[in-house]
Amino acid sequence: MRLAYSKALVFSLALLPFCWLVYGLLTDQLGANPIESLTRDTGLWALRFLLITLCISPLCWLTGMSYWLRYRRMLGLFAFFYACLHMLLYLGLDQFFDIAEIIRDIKERPFITVGFINFLLLLPLAFTSSNAMIKRLGGRRWRQLHRLSYLAALTACLHFLMLVKADTRQPLIYILLLAILLVWRLIHYRRRLSAPAS
Amino acid sequence: MWIKKRRPWDLPESEITDHKTYLNRRKFIEGAIGVAALSVMPFGRINAAKGEDFEALSSSAFSTDERLTSFESITTYNNFYEFGTDKSAPSALAADFPDPAKPWQITVDGECDNPGVFDYQEFIQPYTLEERIYRLRCVEGWSMVIPWVGFELSEVLKKAQPNSRAKFVEFTTLYDPEQMPGQRRRVLQWPYKEGLRIDEAMHPLTILAVGLYGKMMPGQNGAPIRLVVPWKYGFKSIKSIVRIRFTEKMPLTAWVESAPHEYGFYSNVNPGVNHPRWSQRRERRIGELLKRETLMFNGYGEYVAEMYSGMDLRKFF
Repeated sequence: MRLAYSKALVFSLALLPFCWLVYGLLTDQLGANPIESLTRDTGLWALRFLLITLCISPLCWLTGMSYWLRYRRMLGLFAFFYACLHMLLYLGLDQFFDIAEIIRDIKERPFITVGFINFLLLLPLAFTSSNAMIKRLGGRRWRQLHRLSYLAALTACLHFLMLVKADTRQPLIYILLLAILLVWRLIHYRRRLSAPAS
Repeated sequence: MWIKKRRPWDLPESEITDHKTYLNRRKFIEGAIGVAALSVMPFGRINAAKGEDFEALSSSAFSTDERLTSFESITTYNNFYEFGTDKSAPSALAADFPDPAKPWQITVDGECDNPGVFDYQEFIQPYTLEERIYRLRCVEGWSMVIPWVGFELSEVLKKAQPNSRAKFVEFTTLYDPEQMPGQRRRVLQWPYKEGLRIDEAMHPLTILAVGLYGKMMPGQNGAPIRLVVPWKYGFKSIKSIVRIRFTEKMPLTAWVESAPHEYGFYSNVNPGVNHPRWSQRRERRIGELLKRETLMFNGYGEYVAEMYSGMDLRKFF
C-alpha cells in the first residue's frame, strides 16, 4: 500500500470516534446527559491517542522497523484534536465561557488544575509538530521537548483518576498501560546505554 | 407567647384526605391484592404499554409544577452502584429486579416499641399513595424533576413507636450479589446504608416511594420501595430498602464510610459548600443545555431550613 493511502486510512480510523460522537449527538443516542457523554468520551479519546502515540517507539523496537514512525505525528495531533474538543466542551457547555468562573475552577479544583496543566503541556507539542519547526529547533532539542508527552500522558491519567467517585478500575487500567510503556522505555534506553558502542 | 407558625403542610385533615382519595386507596389495595392473587409476581416488569399501575393518585401541595424529566431519562440515567457504576448499567441489568421468586421483606426495628417484619404488600397497605413531584439533585451536578408515587415516611415511623433513645433512623439496601451484580465488587461497603436524623425522617417532605410516573418503581430506580429526601443530594435517597432501624447514634452511611472528607452525614443540597472536587453552585437539569443555579436545600428551604438553624452547614455538610 502506498504511503498516502495508508496515511489516509489511519486518518480515517482516527476520525471515526469523532464521527460516531457527532452521529450519536444528531440521532440522540448519547443518553440522558449527552453533554456529559461528549465531554467524557472526547477526554477518553484524547488519553487513548496519547497512549497509542506512545506505543509507536516500542512498536519500532519490537518489529525492528522505523516504518511506524511515519504515523506518529498524525496520531499525536489526533490526541490534541480530541483534547481541544474536550476543553471546548468544558469551557463552553460546562462554564459557558465565564472566565472568572473558569479561573476559579482551575485554582480551586485539583482535578481541573491537572487537566488544565495537561492541556498546556500539549500546546507546545502540537505547535512544534511541523517539519519546519523540527528543523528550526534541531532534532535533539525537538526530541527533548517532545519528552513532555510522557508528562502529558501522566497528567491525563491523573486527571481521569481524580475525577471518578469510587470505581477507579478504568483509570487504573490506563495508568497500568502507561506504566508499561514508560518502563519499557526505561529498560530500552538503559540497555542501549550499557551496550558497547557499535 | 407561643405562636404556632402555619406551615404549608398544616392543612385541615379534611383537605388532606378527601373521600375520593380514600376510595382510590381502597381501589389500589384491592387492585394490588388482585394482582398478588393472580400471580406470584408481586412486582411485574414495567411495561409502558400497560399504562398506569396506580390510578387517580391524589396530588400534593409539595409538588413542583416544573417540567417533568422524561420517563426515559429517569429510567436510563441512574446511579445505582449495586448494578454497576456506569449510568446505563442499572437499566440494562435491573429490568427484572427484584426477582419475584424472592419475596420482599422489610424489617422495622431498633429503638422502638412496635418493631416488625413485613411483606412488601403488607408493609405499604395501610398508606394512601399520592403523587409527589420533586426535584432531585445529584451530588455530581445534575438534576431531574420526578413524579414519585409514595407516602410519608413519618406514617411508618409513628406506627413503630420509636422510644426516647431513637435519635436517628438508619436504612439498609438489600444485599444479594446474585441479583445485584455490582455488589460482587467492593466499590462501596455493601449493603448500602443511609441515615436521617429523626426530625428529618419525620418531616412531611420525606417519603417512601413505590413508583414513578404512575407506574410501579422500576428496578433501576430502587424497586420495590425507596426513600426520597428532596432537599438532600440524591445518594441520601436510598433504594431497594429492606431495613429501617431506629438508632441512638448517628449511623455510618455508605458514602461517608467510603470518603469521609468528601461526603457528610447531612449532605443537604448547598450551593455554598462545594464538593472538594467540584463546584456545587450550578447543576445541569437533564434535558437542558445550559446549567442552572443550584438552590439552597434544593429549593425546599422554606420547609426545612428551620431544622438546621444554628448549625454550621460548612462543618455539618
